[in-house]
Amino acid sequence: MSRESVVIIGAGQGGLQAAISLRQNGFAGAITLIGDEPGLPYQRPPLSKAYLHDGNAEALRLRPDSFFTSKEVDYLPETRVEQIDRAAQEIVIAGASGKRRLGYDHLILATGTRNLRPPIAGVERSCDLRTLRDAEILRARLSQPQRIAVIGGGFIGLEFAAVARKLGHEVSVIEAAPRLMARAVSSWMSDHFAALHRDWGTALHLGEAAVAVQGDGVTLANGTTIPAEFVLLAAGVRPNTELAEAAGLEIENGVKVDACLLSSDPAISALGDCACFPDPRTGRPVRLESVQAATDHARLIAARIAKGESAAYSALPWFWSDQGDRKLQIAGYADPDATEEAVAEGIVARFDAQGLAAVETVNNARVHMKARRLLASGAPVALDDLGEIVAA
Amino acid sequence: MVKVTYVAHDGTQTTVEAEDGDSVMHAAVSNDVDGIVGECGGSMMCATCHCYVDEAWQDRVGPRSDGEEDMLEGAACEVNDRSRLSCQIKLGADLDGLVVHLPEEQF
Repeated sequence: MSRESVVIIGAGQGGLQAAISLRQNGFAGAITLIGDEPGLPYQRPPLSKAYLHDGNAEALRLRPDSFFTSKEVDYLPETRVEQIDRAAQEIVIAGASGKRRLGYDHLILATGTRNLRPPIAGVERSCDLRTLRDAEILRARLSQPQRIAVIGGGFIGLEFAAVARKLGHEVSVIEAAPRLMARAVSSWMSDHFAALHRDWGTALHLGEAAVAVQGDGVTLANGTTIPAEFVLLAAGVRPNTELAEAAGLEIENGVKVDACLLSSDPAISALGDCACFPDPRTGRPVRLESVQAATDHARLIAARIAKGESAAYSALPWFWSDQGDRKLQIAGYADPDATEEAVAEGIVARFDAQGLAAVETVNNARVHMKARRLLASGAPVALDDLGEIVAA
Repeated sequence: MVKVTYVAHDGTQTTVEAEDGDSVMHAAVSNDVDGIVGECGGSMMCATCHCYVDEAWQDRVGPRSDGEEDMLEGAACEVNDRSRLSCQIKLGADLDGLVVHLPEEQF
């Protein structure tokens, strides 16, 4: 009998974690990890934060070269997957050594997301911030003072804006929604961060859609032009589902998976940013773009493959964003339609039909950790309970 | 270069050479030392780089940083007065030869 084999498509933090966890769980079969970028797998979160300041790419590396030999993980960088042949349980890959087919007993999709490119005239003049290569280009651009426009007032756009401002650039943020980070945080937190960014000297254009990127700046729907020598596009992402879709897997805002993170094909799992899974608390389908989800998914899938465990995914989401000297921390996950209650300055609770969904804090690790414990316990939480935690 | 020794829960010792300015967490991860995870990359978000500083080194390593105490609450194993988040311990010549002990698990 040939060795059992697992193939992981996507060598981001989640894909690599799946390989790590498979070995930690005693999986003795073959593991192939396929990535389309050059170099060793690296962390993405610092690309919009510390890396822009220090430019230290080595510090981003998730594992040294020796890991792949000592743990027998066949890592294929700069390799694209062209097709999943579910009937044959094979994929078609194309890399430096040409095209070939690769068999799998279990396939893990960790294909992540790519940047949305909205229909804005001249959008190709703008830069992205998603890969290490993107960040290298941005860092080089940041070496001389200039006017910078950021299209998109989400986490990446705002983290970048805070760094650029600190480096002395003139920064404008253009956001089509009426408030910052609207999809992910409460309106209290949006307003709080809007005030901070304005204090730091960044111009915010909220509720204004960008319609064109020109050589001299960005034109808004209202006809005004924001002068800029450099434009960053940070208008969100879309999950990379084309391979899965072409293979006939069920797609629903990502690769649809069940509570065990299996796709509609029991030989294929999906994890991280590309996977749409049932929220353990509400059962509603959700897709999260975070290190936490990617790595917690990876650990569950690895334990299932290596040890036959069949536990449902139940990890509590957590998230952070560093903007200037502020650390926004979110325990739990709230839909955009969740209600909000300001518990105290810088502490917001989000509620939905099932009760407390999330707690947002700023520079407050104590309350963040207590909220994580409270939410993870699964016990019903009232606003008063949170008040007690804050007062304690 | 600064030498750091990691003592795993089962007693296995691994000594690595780290760069000046590196953190105890990053030195472990970049040298493939099992037992330190550092999921958030040193952003003090995850408490998966928990370690116990060897008694002989406690004074030299110094106190916990702001917020570290709170994050340690999320550690998977028992937290005692030698507990630190290893991402918050920066290595320099004064810590050459440092010994840290690793908990049984980080999750």
